[in-house]
Amino acid sequence: MDHVKILVVDDERDIESLFLQRFRREIRNGDISFSFAFSGEEALTYMKDHASEVVLILSDINMPGMSGIELLKRIRVKHPSPHPMVMIVTAYNDDNYFQQAISGGADDFLTKPIDFTLLKEKLKNL
Amino acid sequence: MQFIYFLIILLVVQFLKTTLHTKVDYPALDRELKIIRWVGVILFVLNFSNESAFIDWVWHAAIITFVWYINSKEEFKSSRSMLSSISIIIGIGVIWSFLVVIFPTSLESFDSFYDAFKFVGLIWVATIWFQNRKQWKQLEEERKLRLIEEENLRKSEVRKAELEGLVAERTKEITLQKEELEKALENLNNTQTQLVQSEKMASLGELTAGIAHEIQNPLNFVNNFAEVNSELIQELKEEQAREQPDYELIDEILRDLADNMQKMTHHGKRADSIVKGMLLHSRSGAGEKEKRDINALADEYMRLAYHGLRAKNKSFNASLEKNFDREELFASIIPQDFGRVFLNIFNNAFYALMERKKIEDENYSPTVWLSTFAKDGMVEIRIRDNGPGIPQSVRDKIFQPFFTTKPSGEGTGLGLSLSYDIVNQGHNGTLEVESQSGVFTEFIIRIPQNVPS
Repeated sequence: MDHVKILVVDDERDIESLFLQRFRREIRNGDISFSFAFSGEEALTYMKDHASEVVLILSDINMPGMSGIELLKRIRVKHPSPHPMVMIVTAYNDDNYFQQAISGGADDFLTKPIDFTLLKEKLKNL
Repeated sequence: MQFIYFLIILLVVQFLKTTLHTKVDYPALDRELKIIRWVGVILFVLNFSNESAFIDWVWHAAIITFVWYINSKEEFKSSRSMLSSISIIIGIGVIWSFLVVIFPTSLESFDSFYDAFKFVGLIWVATIWFQNRKQWKQLEEERKLRLIEEENLRKSEVRKAELEGLVAERTKEITLQKEELEKALENLNNTQTQLVQSEKMASLGELTAGIAHEIQNPLNFVNNFAEVNSELIQELKEEQAREQPDYELIDEILRDLADNMQKMTHHGKRADSIVKGMLLHSRSGAGEKEKRDINALADEYMRLAYHGLRAKNKSFNASLEKNFDREELFASIIPQDFGRVFLNIFNNAFYALMERKKIEDENYSPTVWLSTFAKDGMVEIRIRDNGPGIPQSVRDKIFQPFFTTKPSGEGTGLGLSLSYDIVNQGHNGTLEVESQSGVFTEFIIRIPQNVPS
């Protein structure tokens, strides 16, 4: 697996500490690196400068301001190609969101609470 | 002289009969008066047939008896003033008769005086009679007037009695009505209590989704960090088992473990406070005022309202902007009541944003601003949204009970009226609204801080 840069978008700041610890080995080994954005708007700004680096965006849906779905739509408009991949995380295991995310061009889904074993599996298969 | 006596009898009898209405009121006296009159007439007739000194004395006796009789009757007291004058005439007549007896001849030269006296006496009697009549007429008029007054009085008494009856009747009706109204009021009070309770429950229903989301997030963190810590402990054991442990790494792991424990506690408390808030919200009855951080409470309810609405309308998003004058702003409030005020206002704000979002394009960015500041012992909380705004006609009514612009079934119309009461009566504060159509709506709550700074 090549080096993978992941942008995690969530309004909860503790998500950063959580990811950094769950992936400490992968980070130490240089397999994965993370960037964090705490809102959809912040994520878009980050993408302006680092679009080519980011391989995967892992975004929460439920955020104040721009939602994950909206972020997804904006990114897909700018980047119609499958790059970067967008994985949507939602607290609600909800078909409505699922459909919205599919039509918005999401590549994959995760439900909260994040199952990190499952996430690592998915990352391996990228 | 006999003619004068006769005239006196006739006039006095006539006077008494007419003034006292003896025919009706005193039939016995009337009969006596009639007899007296007949006696007078007989004596007068006898007078013509037999003009002698004897008949003079009979006349004197008759008239004195007559005067005595009239004077003795209490009923005839109205004529007593006449009697004194008459007595003088009689007296002179009697004296003359004596003189005639004593000096039968020498008095003839005085006859003309006596005739003159008789003439004057006649006029006198007539005058007295007229005067008495006049007086009596006046009295009669007064009496009539008094009768009319009495009649009026009687009528007014009757009217008064009627009115009193009417008043009693009305009073009874009113008392009945009062009782009915009191009963209605009691029912109304009960209904109000129920409505307030159902409003609470309705808003609690709206809250549930928000609460679920708000609890889910901290719970996820607690679970996630617990898992991380398990991993870290495993790693720690592995590192310690090595022949040459990397102490720097061990230190780092221990530090992370401590940090994570702290985060777990933090998120655990967060969930705890949300559940407590929910319990506060559903609790009924009067709460106690306590010192609470307005910023934290407002923020909590802003998030609850937001997520509550999002649970119903998943495509909805809004920005939440906070501007706090200081990090913590304490005030003395009844938390569950004030929480409802926040919830109502935030619910309305997000509802307004959702409504506007339906008709706006992508450039519209729905936002709610929450700002607080304290000055001169007063706390000011502003909750602003850039929704469609409230027209003046509606703005005048929004604090009235049961007024709602939401479709039926969506709002009880009690939220803002209850909020108004809570702020005004419960906290001695004010709740105002400012708005501009198509631009913004802002609710401004001002309450006394009531805590030692």
